[in-house]
Amino acid sequence: MSVDIACVGFGPATAGFLTTLSRRLSASDLPPLESAAAPGLPLQVVCYERADDLGFGVSGVVTRARGLRAAFPDLDGAQIPMAARVKDERVLYLLDPLGASRRSASLRAADRTIRALRGVLPFADEALELPFTPEFLHKQDGFVFSMGQLMQWMSAQVLASGAVQLWPGTPVARALVEDGKVRGVRLVDQGVDRQGLPDAAFMPGMDVRAALTVVGDGPVGAVGRQLDAELGMPPGNARREWAVGMKFVVDLPEETRLEPGTVLHTLGFPEPEIFGFLYVHPDHVASVGIFVPSGFASPARTTYRYLQHYVQHPAIWRHLEGARLRSWGAKSLLESGRRGEPFLAGDGFARIGEGSGSTNVLTSSGVDEAFTTGVQLAEGVIALLEAGRPLTKEGLEEAYVARRRASWIEAEARIAEKARDGFQRGFVPGLVGMALAGLTRGRVSLGHEPPHPADAVGTLEDFYAGRIPAEELARLRAECEARGVPLHDALMDRAGWPAVPLDGKLLVSQQDALLMGGKVQAPPGYADHVGFRSAERCRACGKRVCVEICSAEALRPGADGVPSFDREKCVHCGACLWSCTGRLEGTDEVNLELRAGTGGLHSAEN
Amino acid sequence: MSTGYQIVVLGSVVPDPLQTLEPAQTPQGPGLKNELMLPHVLDPWAAHALYEAANLAARTPGSKVTLLSLGPKAKLQQVMMAVGQRVPFELVALDGPAGGFTDPHEVAARLADAVKALPGLDRSRLLLFGGWESASRGAGVTLQLVGERLEIPDQFQGVDQLTPGPDGAFEVLERVEGGRHQVSSCAGAPAVLGWATGSLGEPKNNPQVGMANMRAIMPALQKAAPAPVGTGRVEYLSVAVPRTQRETRIVKDMSPDDVARELVEWIAQD
Repeated sequence: MSVDIACVGFGPATAGFLTTLSRRLSASDLPPLESAAAPGLPLQVVCYERADDLGFGVSGVVTRARGLRAAFPDLDGAQIPMAARVKDERVLYLLDPLGASRRSASLRAADRTIRALRGVLPFADEALELPFTPEFLHKQDGFVFSMGQLMQWMSAQVLASGAVQLWPGTPVARALVEDGKVRGVRLVDQGVDRQGLPDAAFMPGMDVRAALTVVGDGPVGAVGRQLDAELGMPPGNARREWAVGMKFVVDLPEETRLEPGTVLHTLGFPEPEIFGFLYVHPDHVASVGIFVPSGFASPARTTYRYLQHYVQHPAIWRHLEGARLRSWGAKSLLESGRRGEPFLAGDGFARIGEGSGSTNVLTSSGVDEAFTTGVQLAEGVIALLEAGRPLTKEGLEEAYVARRRASWIEAEARIAEKARDGFQRGFVPGLVGMALAGLTRGRVSLGHEPPHPADAVGTLEDFYAGRIPAEELARLRAECEARGVPLHDALMDRAGWPAVPLDGKLLVSQQDALLMGGKVQAPPGYADHVGFRSAERCRACGKRVCVEICSAEALRPGADGVPSFDREKCVHCGACLWSCTGRLEGTDEVNLELRAGTGGLHSAEN
Repeated sequence: MSTGYQIVVLGSVVPDPLQTLEPAQTPQGPGLKNELMLPHVLDPWAAHALYEAANLAARTPGSKVTLLSLGPKAKLQQVMMAVGQRVPFELVALDGPAGGFTDPHEVAARLADAVKALPGLDRSRLLLFGGWESASRGAGVTLQLVGERLEIPDQFQGVDQLTPGPDGAFEVLERVEGGRHQVSSCAGAPAVLGWATGSLGEPKNNPQVGMANMRAIMPALQKAAPAPVGTGRVEYLSVAVPRTQRETRIVKDMSPDDVARELVEWIAQD
């Protein structure tokens, strides 16, 4: 099958691309852009989305929405469910009320000082409110969105034009690369067993040839990573910094005093490295969640258990007591930003969105940047097509990459480039480094570029030194292995984290969060999308971070020493990929393979 | 002259099955809380009917499948992105509410009018397909009411199989008590067939089918006529979903007998 433009993934970047392109295609006062693939017809544009519907599997956001408002000048929150203008924004430093988090001596001293001065500081509920939100972080003129609802709204705008087609539930297996040129995409096989072998109603993945393949499949997308592997990365660029964000969407208690548009940024708890947020949507709904970074030294980095403790922190719980879980989800964030930028364009392809290194970790903003890169590409493609020029590397460099380089995306990405390097030296230097980078517009920073995430993970023995003896760690590890469960709960229990008082409303088991919140499911007839290149390498791995971080407990200890994978639980967050410590020698590749797959979250409220 | 069937499938959208549903009062009457924010799918019963229709059309040269759908245009648009990849059909869309509280008589009147207005309608070839049940309103009576308004006396419900015979005749297997089927012979169209689950698996996504369908689906959606339907003269004093309890335990190697025994014990606790 042939089309003119094939898009991979429908996230905010592709939404920006298709919004802009579809407006041009349906403009009746301009000459039509004709199809080369189907002569006589308008430009044939299709977008293949992995998830089972549009708006599934993406996460909530507070954004200044500069790019969004440029594209939709009359943008009104009332048009989009769960959208609200930002009205009140605060930053809270959360102290540890449990004594269980792993804090450095200097941080403990700082905590003691804060508690001693509680009478004169803005301190309440074990939290210190910062006097102001730093200029580089604030979103005061922006919006709180549910990304699922925003994406559904944008897809409706795009579809209403009738100019492009969006196909959910259709993962792209790989790009068709010939002599370094991208000629289209190959869809995944259907009617196969878990290993990908033909089964009932086998249907091999179809090749869709296209003059331009727009790669917007996110930070862990199969096509983007394939291009990185085949074409390499620009000199000096690499993907070193990641995080997994996990959130609850909750119905707040009826008597809540939180106003729509309230935004809380938090730091300091449940572990110093873990940042958190609470955004308030209209109609007594809020998003609350945390980010667990790849720089977090613990191999037992369970996001779900930490999120449960986060929501119970007194400064958060005072808003959430009595709340009920509506939705739940998780996703990876590529926090390398500009340093993780791949080749943005080549013959027959262009990269947009988070997978193109657009996320800004200093401003904690990614959606608006991703959307804007899509708009920039569309403007470039339209210019090339109107001029009758081919969609080659040279043309795309000139029409898209140059446009991006001249924009605020690039300028702010440069400022943010080294902003988080201080975290290589610890939590406090990390905060200082961010402040320095923000205040000096990137001219001053602390620290150094992080190592490959596989090399950043320490040992359990080091992480729990002085708290849990090595022999006990070995015993706990063996017991959990025998029971086929991750190690993190046993470790956190032992390290002093209290049991979570499940209430069946907000504090629920991880498996209930999949069902009640994420509504997770997977259609039959597709192969497992997580696998391992070498069983031996897995057996030799003493860390199993992939199992510990798995947002859905889809990866569990396996009988033969290789983690088992349950496709029906996977939410496609991709955290297993960058948490795998089995780095292949001489490459940035790891032993865990993450391929394109269907299913996952069935909630459009995240 | 064509000898195939004109198969019109009646089917609309319902919330994705795993969503948490909560009744709520809206300015238009009872509805579901945040209904338009919930992801939707084609009503699973109607989807079975659509796939059976496509299968029958593929086996009967000259046949054509039309999906007639009354639902919120934005949701129809979204759902058609998934359904449109599965089997070939033409869409006729009516823009109106599709919740479980709308009056089946009002809905049936709109649908019957739309069937009558189909270009080139030939009653002697018309098979009206739909779900025997509906995931949104349970009673599943709309299809029968449409059939009555179209004055089609041959109606079959709980259909699991249709086998075409010579001269347009066909044999139908309908579900009856005791897990058995009743076998009926019908001389030919027109007829109403309310499908149970049939025997077909869900078709795979086919990009070529999608591309071909979408060239007609998008214009059909753009010209979807408004079809305001209400709750008739029914007054709902209160609405509620069944009380639910959830206890989750993941067990993979349990025998069916043990699962059944544990379920009985769990239910008996109530």
